[in-house]
Amino acid sequence: MSEQTPPTPAALLGEGQLDPDALEAVLAAPVERFRHDYLEIRGLRVSFDGFVAVDGVDLTVTQGDLRFLIGPNGAGKTTIVDAITGLAAATGSVRFGGVDLLGKPSHRIARAGVGRTFQTASVFDELSVLQNLDIAAGASRRAHTLLRRRSGIPDDVEAAMETVGLAHLRDVTAGVLAHGQKQWLEIGMLLVQDAHLLLLDEPVAGMSQAEREETGLLLQRIGAQRTVVVVEHDMEFLRSFASSVTVLHQGRVLSEGTVAEVQADPRVVEVYLGTASTSTTTKEA
Amino acid sequence: MDAVISQLFAGLSLGSVLLLAALGLALTFGQMGVINMAHGEFMMAGAYTAYAVQKVVSDAGVSLLVSLVIGFVVGGLLGLVLEITLISRMYTRPLDTLLVTFGVALVLQQLARDVFGAPNVDVRAPEWLSGAVQILGVGVPKTRVFILALSILCVVALSLVVKLTPLGRRIRATVQNRDLAETSGVSTRATDRLTFFIGSGVAGVAGVALTLLGSIGPTLGTNYIVDAFLVVVVGGIGQLKGAVIAAFALGLLQATIEYSSTASLAKVLVFVIIVAFLQVRPQGIVSVRTRSLA
Amino acid sequence: MSAVWRSPRARVIVGTGIAAVVLFVVAPGMLSSFRLNLLAKFLCLAMVAVGIGLAWGRGGMLTLGQGVFFGLGGYMMAMHLKLEDAGPGGVPDFMTLYGDGVVPGWWEPFRDPVFTLVAIVVLPTVLAALLGLAVFTRRVRGAYFAILSQALAAAFAILLIGQQKVTGGTNGLNGFRSFFGFDLADPVNKKMLYFIAAGTLLVMVLLVRLLMRSRWGELLVAVRDQENRVRFLGYNPAVVKAGAFAVAACFASIGGALFTPIVGIISPADVGVVPSIVFLVGVAIGGRATLLGPVLGAVAVSWAESSLSESFPSFWTYFQGALFIVVVAFLPNGIATLGQVRLRRRARAEAPPDEPTAEPPHDEVAVEPSTSGRTA
Repeated sequence: MSEQTPPTPAALLGEGQLDPDALEAVLAAPVERFRHDYLEIRGLRVSFDGFVAVDGVDLTVTQGDLRFLIGPNGAGKTTIVDAITGLAAATGSVRFGGVDLLGKPSHRIARAGVGRTFQTASVFDELSVLQNLDIAAGASRRAHTLLRRRSGIPDDVEAAMETVGLAHLRDVTAGVLAHGQKQWLEIGMLLVQDAHLLLLDEPVAGMSQAEREETGLLLQRIGAQRTVVVVEHDMEFLRSFASSVTVLHQGRVLSEGTVAEVQADPRVVEVYLGTASTSTTTKEA
Repeated sequence: MDAVISQLFAGLSLGSVLLLAALGLALTFGQMGVINMAHGEFMMAGAYTAYAVQKVVSDAGVSLLVSLVIGFVVGGLLGLVLEITLISRMYTRPLDTLLVTFGVALVLQQLARDVFGAPNVDVRAPEWLSGAVQILGVGVPKTRVFILALSILCVVALSLVVKLTPLGRRIRATVQNRDLAETSGVSTRATDRLTFFIGSGVAGVAGVALTLLGSIGPTLGTNYIVDAFLVVVVGGIGQLKGAVIAAFALGLLQATIEYSSTASLAKVLVFVIIVAFLQVRPQGIVSVRTRSLA
Repeated sequence: MSAVWRSPRARVIVGTGIAAVVLFVVAPGMLSSFRLNLLAKFLCLAMVAVGIGLAWGRGGMLTLGQGVFFGLGGYMMAMHLKLEDAGPGGVPDFMTLYGDGVVPGWWEPFRDPVFTLVAIVVLPTVLAALLGLAVFTRRVRGAYFAILSQALAAAFAILLIGQQKVTGGTNGLNGFRSFFGFDLADPVNKKMLYFIAAGTLLVMVLLVRLLMRSRWGELLVAVRDQENRVRFLGYNPAVVKAGAFAVAACFASIGGALFTPIVGIISPADVGVVPSIVFLVGVAIGGRATLLGPVLGAVAVSWAESSLSESFPSFWTYFQGALFIVVVAFLPNGIATLGQVRLRRRARAEAPPDEPTAEPPHDEVAVEPSTSGRTA
């Protein structure tokens, strides 16, 4: 991977800055478009060879919410995201915007407006920033557009590129971006994909404090318009930006509410905040 | 009824040959993910080992037994050299390994041609394996029974090694989590080498066994390599059990179709069935579902 | 990137011009008719290589079954030529020799030249598209796809050998006298075949260039490197991959169809497991993900084979084996990137490899997604 492209020190690329003003262009669509969006999970169950990773989870996230999923390792956070996006086979029901998602192939789920990121930033390392975003924007393109070269930069791609602060790196291959920049690129891809439901798996892992702040503000603004679910370990980040929190434990919902409510819940203190230290940032295996 | 039993034995016999050819692959491809196209040539090397041993040891029975041991060592050493020189630096590029080992296969074939000559040669089967035994009223060649027994013996031995010995534990640990195994003090490099040695050694044994079925030539391996890989794929990766079931299933299937058509048509049909089967179960007969999906 | 030709359009025009001059003026002027015919054969093999470059280099699909499509094209053309030689209503010679002298029903449509030409282009393409959709939808990929495609080649060769009465068996189909009404013994017509092959190859290369630079071409690379990611963006990767596989099959079929009259024979030895893998060596040497690499590599390897194996047949096999080993193990991007490898070495030595690399997503089927093909 990175050994194939000269590892340009990240410093040379310049520390990107998120551009909230450009976000306005991305989020220009009237909120009405998203009003009927809400994620409704009922009785979700995922098992691997007898091991039950998610055991009857109910979860409702409405448009305009910035929901955080937390829980100790193995609580089933990522598995829930996998189940929503069709990566893990599950039973129960998952509906978004009135569409039944369970059992659909992943690409159809994506076309229903569901976008996700991965714990390890997964961008197309050998393609440029621009190409990455252009691909993300193009799932609905028709064959004849696909078979031609890109002429000019689509407006939504340009706006997303500025939003995530990568406009000056448009022709750089994504593989040489710094870790945080890759994660921003992924968020940018979700924006041009026009995802109505954004599922972000540890979006600030490995970011500096300043980058975390910027990302959090960005997510808040996106969350005001769309439906956003964030899987995160970083409690500091959670306290600053979450509008609601769901605590998972051993595949079940333990507690749900605002940050304050959850923190006050004795069961949460016992199984999660109490045992694992609050600053835990270890990754889920 | 006789015809059914006779086809049944034909299928079992074919299955046992497939199994011998695929068993080593189930280890190197199944456990380590290495696509070794030279596996067939390791079999060929085993076959020529039997030929060479018989030049020295005139008694066919003794030479067969000696060859089985030496064939294992010859195949294993070839595998070991291959692993150390080439494969070890290519674990992250499985498809490239396929091409590199194909190059090795070409070289080994030509080497055999230059050393032993292009025409096929024969290895004498021992007296006690000539003729047939009557099983359920059907005459089955003793060589076929011997190969069936040998394949079962190899399966048992291999599964004992994997299940019970410290090496087996190291292999499983390395397969399941290489980094963790490494940090737990398992030398993954040594484990890789030893696994490859054993897998290639079994190919050598298979080659020795094949000398009982007919004359042998430099391209012996190419006749088996495709089938052997199919057995592992159909059986499911990482499971000896799957390879055993797949080998006998494919053998029986081939024999059954052959009964009502021709051998060549049967092969083509078996392939079509395999493709159809993989549409239904792309992970093979025996699969391990893991969490690491993403 | 060469600084001389900045505009891509200018590069294409100049490059096409140079290639056209070499293929249509220099080569016919300099080479004897025997050598020119040999070059025509190499160009046919290069057509297969162009397709493999797209499917393998750009799409990450290691197809070990291109012999099947090459053979389909070759045999369809051969069937037509045999029927043409036999005259209207006639029976090809080998059928009376091996069989009962009755032309099977599925041979009959190939008496029609137009049907034959359409079938050569359409049939393998559709077959590859359907097969590709089926296996890629089930996420059969990486090593599994390679093994399946190889089994396809094995089965095809076995079928051809087994059905001697209608395929000519091991001998294949040969002894063609005319090509769509042109006498194949006439050197002028042989030269014409060369020009057809050269022109076809040129068109193919330009077509692949178009595809590689299109959005679809970028998408193909994206699928190769992060199939799951593409899926979560709303694309169906199976369709993208099946498309590339179908194009490769089409090119291989056309290559085979031209190979048959140029070489004068098509047989199972041209389509089985080994020839199918050998197609890859030129592609690997030239640079699998580049545009011209596969073409140049295929021609160079074929040329080396014919000149070396004439005098040292056993040496050639060693050399071929060594090529596979050295190029794929140590120069995965082909000889064209030798210089780049050195540069990269230096760069890597200077910069500590502390960059966290993303784990490529993999699912239950694949051993690992191919990290093999790479843009040069």
